[in-house]
Amino acid sequence: MKPAPFDYLRAESVAHAVQSLADAGGDGKVIAGGQSLMPMMNFRLVKPSLLVDINHIPDLAGIRQQGGRLGIGALVRHRTTAADPVIARHVPVLHAAMRHVAHLTVRNRGTFCGSVCHADPAAEMPMIALLLDGTVQTATPRGGRRLPARDFFLGPLMTALEPDELVTEIEMDTLPADTGWGFEEFARRHGDYALAAVAVTVDRQDGRAAGPRIAVMGVGDRPMRMPEAEAALDGSDMGEAAIDAAVEALRATIAPNADLHASADYRRHLAGVLAGRALRGAWTRARERLAA
Amino acid sequence: MTGRADITLSVNGQSYTRRVDPRLLLSDFLRHELGLTGTHVGCEHGVCGACTILLDGRSARSCLMLAVQAHGAEVETIEGQGTVAALGPIQQAFREHHALQCGFCTPGFVMTILDMLRHHDLGDDAAIREALSGNICRCTGYEHIVNAVRALVRERGKPA
Repeated sequence: MKPAPFDYLRAESVAHAVQSLADAGGDGKVIAGGQSLMPMMNFRLVKPSLLVDINHIPDLAGIRQQGGRLGIGALVRHRTTAADPVIARHVPVLHAAMRHVAHLTVRNRGTFCGSVCHADPAAEMPMIALLLDGTVQTATPRGGRRLPARDFFLGPLMTALEPDELVTEIEMDTLPADTGWGFEEFARRHGDYALAAVAVTVDRQDGRAAGPRIAVMGVGDRPMRMPEAEAALDGSDMGEAAIDAAVEALRATIAPNADLHASADYRRHLAGVLAGRALRGAWTRARERLAA
Repeated sequence: MTGRADITLSVNGQSYTRRVDPRLLLSDFLRHELGLTGTHVGCEHGVCGACTILLDGRSARSCLMLAVQAHGAEVETIEGQGTVAALGPIQQAFREHHALQCGFCTPGFVMTILDMLRHHDLGDDAAIREALSGNICRCTGYEHIVNAVRALVRERGKPA
């Protein structure tokens, strides 16, 4: 339960970090909070030749709101995300999800961007980034990229990041005050990885659902949006029949795995129940859009 | 920086400089390099909470940090919380409420509670239990630990 040997570098800047990653020839890893990476290194599931510590790079710990988007810097800790008043007001679905992220001590170190990069299929932050049409801003020695969250998650613990690519910020939609949202999760113990969770947003226009977004986690090899279920709801009256149709579409879309915690059928059933609750809650929260 | 690194950090107010391998965990540094064996090592992957210390005033798992990362930091461990002759307030509350049996998890609980009392409301038992939910105790059933924290929360508001 000790990491294999590696070299360590305390990066002074983003350019310093990505050049060092490039020099490591694909064998370097970035550490921010380390709350997922360090366990994997202690188990020797990950054995980097170089560990690039970004904790001391200036200007990566900011949260900014601009033009309907919220940006979270690479060094924003879960503790900060959970307590941030801008997030609580403008991205309440993220604020609600934070209550389910690990335990308080882990939140002191762990970061939003680190959780997204770790890409655990049962982690909340990747699902939220996907729900809110997130964009991952990166840096490499060749320049940066802006990766849509929908193209970012490739599989369990796998992302579209190159070995010398550093995530500097992730941005996502803020929610207008009249947008409804819902977050429902079931875990065997508080703070543990969930068996399943569902997050939704929906706008209300002329009494009907507009642009609903539904994301799920824990029921596949990555967080997923549910376009069929979204389509089933769009323009509907959000009555029980419409929600039932969306739940059935969701259950037909997912193919959960069985493990010692739950069977595949149980997870599929659970995801539907959680989606129904999240959608009803979101519709209750949604307020009528005033015609412009 | 490659190879062994020189680090300087403060532990319980005392400054230490040591040369360490990058892979040395902070928990092992405290125990093996500094002889501060009050920080216990349980699972070594961040689940049990036994190795919890304070890093710059906030609780952290010392098994999920490298000693080299603590360069320049202020670390607090259980050794700074009191002595057998003069228990600290959290230790005293644990004693009064029988909040430990074997004691293996206790240093991690004490350091976690120190952070929680400073930074969290802990206004009801649900909040106390959530604050303790990252620490595992296999003896007590937690009830007496919750009792100890509840008493500490009550005392917190009173003038010394």
